Amino acid sequence: MSAAAPIRALRRPSGGVAGLWLALVALAAVAAPLLTPYAYDVQALREAYQAPSAAHWLGTDEFGRDLLTRLIYGARTSLSVSATAIAISVACGMVLGAAAAWFGGWFDRAVTVVVDLTWSFPEILIALILVAIIGPGTTGTMIAISVAYLAQFTRLTRAQIMTLKGETFIEAARSLGAGNAHILLRHLLPNALAPVLVSAMLATGDAIILEATLGFFGLGAQPPTPSWGGMMSAGSALVFKAPWIIIFPGLTVAITVIAINLYGDALIAALDIRAKLRRAA
Amino acid sequence: MTEPLILIEALSKRFQSGGGLFARPRAMMAVRDVSLSVGRGEVVGVVGESGCGKSTLARLVLRLIEPTAGTVRFDGTDLTGLPPAALRRMRRRMAMVFQDPYSSLDPRYTLTDVLSEPYRVQGEPLPTGRVAEMLGAVGLPEAMATSHPHQLSGGQRQRVGIARALALAPDFVVLDEPTASLDVSIQAQIIALLSDLRDRLGLTYLFISHDLGLVRYFCNRIVVMYLGAVVEVLPAATATPRHPYTQALIASGFVPDPAARRAIVPVAGEVPSPFNLPPGCAFAGRCPRATDQCRTTRPALSDEAHPVACFHPI
Repeated sequence: MSAAAPIRALRRPSGGVAGLWLALVALAAVAAPLLTPYAYDVQALREAYQAPSAAHWLGTDEFGRDLLTRLIYGARTSLSVSATAIAISVACGMVLGAAAAWFGGWFDRAVTVVVDLTWSFPEILIALILVAIIGPGTTGTMIAISVAYLAQFTRLTRAQIMTLKGETFIEAARSLGAGNAHILLRHLLPNALAPVLVSAMLATGDAIILEATLGFFGLGAQPPTPSWGGMMSAGSALVFKAPWIIIFPGLTVAITVIAINLYGDALIAALDIRAKLRRAA
Repeated sequence: MTEPLILIEALSKRFQSGGGLFARPRAMMAVRDVSLSVGRGEVVGVVGESGCGKSTLARLVLRLIEPTAGTVRFDGTDLTGLPPAALRRMRRRMAMVFQDPYSSLDPRYTLTDVLSEPYRVQGEPLPTGRVAEMLGAVGLPEAMATSHPHQLSGGQRQRVGIARALALAPDFVVLDEPTASLDVSIQAQIIALLSDLRDRLGLTYLFISHDLGLVRYFCNRIVVMYLGAVVEVLPAATATPRHPYTQALIASGFVPDPAARRAIVPVAGEVPSPFNLPPGCAFAGRCPRATDQCRTTRPALSDEAHPVACFHPI
């Protein structure tokens, strides 16, 4: 049963550790004001460039702001932008891919051509072009990321529906008198959902990196709103003077993305057990 | 004589394939000018080797695919001209059991979902206890209602497929090789179940199979197809074949009794490509009795008590 798969994924050692980290980051992002004694945007120049200490666990940045506080608030920006972007991308991609597979004909050919064209460009290039058009900021980044990943989900959904369309249980539903809506909503989309959601999970990891990259270029959330990429960008000039400013956001991005990938892998493994059972039966 | 439950007249289906950028599309007649009737309570078998169009015929009869020509009348109503809403209502009176019990059930559905789908699709409330009743009717324990298909064996799944087909108490069921993907021992159980259900519910079956032995055991009348066309209709399961192809089919069957074992005479020649059929009898190239007439003129199904499409029947 696929509903239990996310929980079964947590029972694997790597999936459990990864899930714990992700829960911690998500919780920190949600409860940021409760967890941090400092404000993320109040400058205290006399406390600038402090190394990690008991008062500032991860040190302070060039304006004397607490790094941990900014990292936690940065999680809000980075995670919400990436997750929302992927959610938009998945929703649009599923509708487009399902429609292409379902209607076929010229619509399918048009969608396939556009998807293949987009597919041949790196995501970062598409995102950069779009941010250049829309303008920097969280909204621009969000739209750019969701368009950059649209091709992936359209393609995946289309392939899923194409395969499922030929299954006998679709013909069986038709023989009972089922209409298009029933077949699409009760059979095709639910069966296509699991692989699309797992791939969305993994893409969220990539989206965090993409968001950080755009932030590093100064195209993401604008100061003083903290984002992980923006923090790394500020720290890059100070690598020798105050290395913690770039190291901690970098580590956070890396660990979070690795955690997402590990959990995603555990999820795939958990779902694969069902596939194996199905084949063996 | 009252009108038969199913009356198929001059049914044809033409498939086109290929037709890419440089390829010219090729057409084949999967079903060619088939006429057939199935009386109420009758079990009519359709046999033929794979690719002869018997599964296409099954789908045409239920209008799961649209015919190129011809009509199918179900209890006096022409299905081929029926608008979608009326066709949907008609579907509660006819059902199909599919060959592959592995892909004919949605892997995400529980057996309760599978068995309540006919009701949901027809917009009817599911009577309480109906799922358990249906499971019981096909010999499955009630506790299986919450199981998923992957937890079931092939035979159990096929029982679910049968229960789903019978959910809305149809008059007519098309059985498309319901035992072909099952073990021999399970096959016998499924045939016994189908036979029992027919007696209890007064069903009419169109039984598609490539196994002439099985069809002869189970059916009242047998339609023999070769390359999309009917070559012979055996009026009774025990009737002696008149078409050389039917005879070859029977001769190729295995006899379980070792004492009765005999040499199998293989049918000479190859099956012609359905894309490029010879002008005359499709079987002429492999037939020991073929003459020049057979190679140039296509024989029509004769209008006799034991119809055969052959110029030189046995």
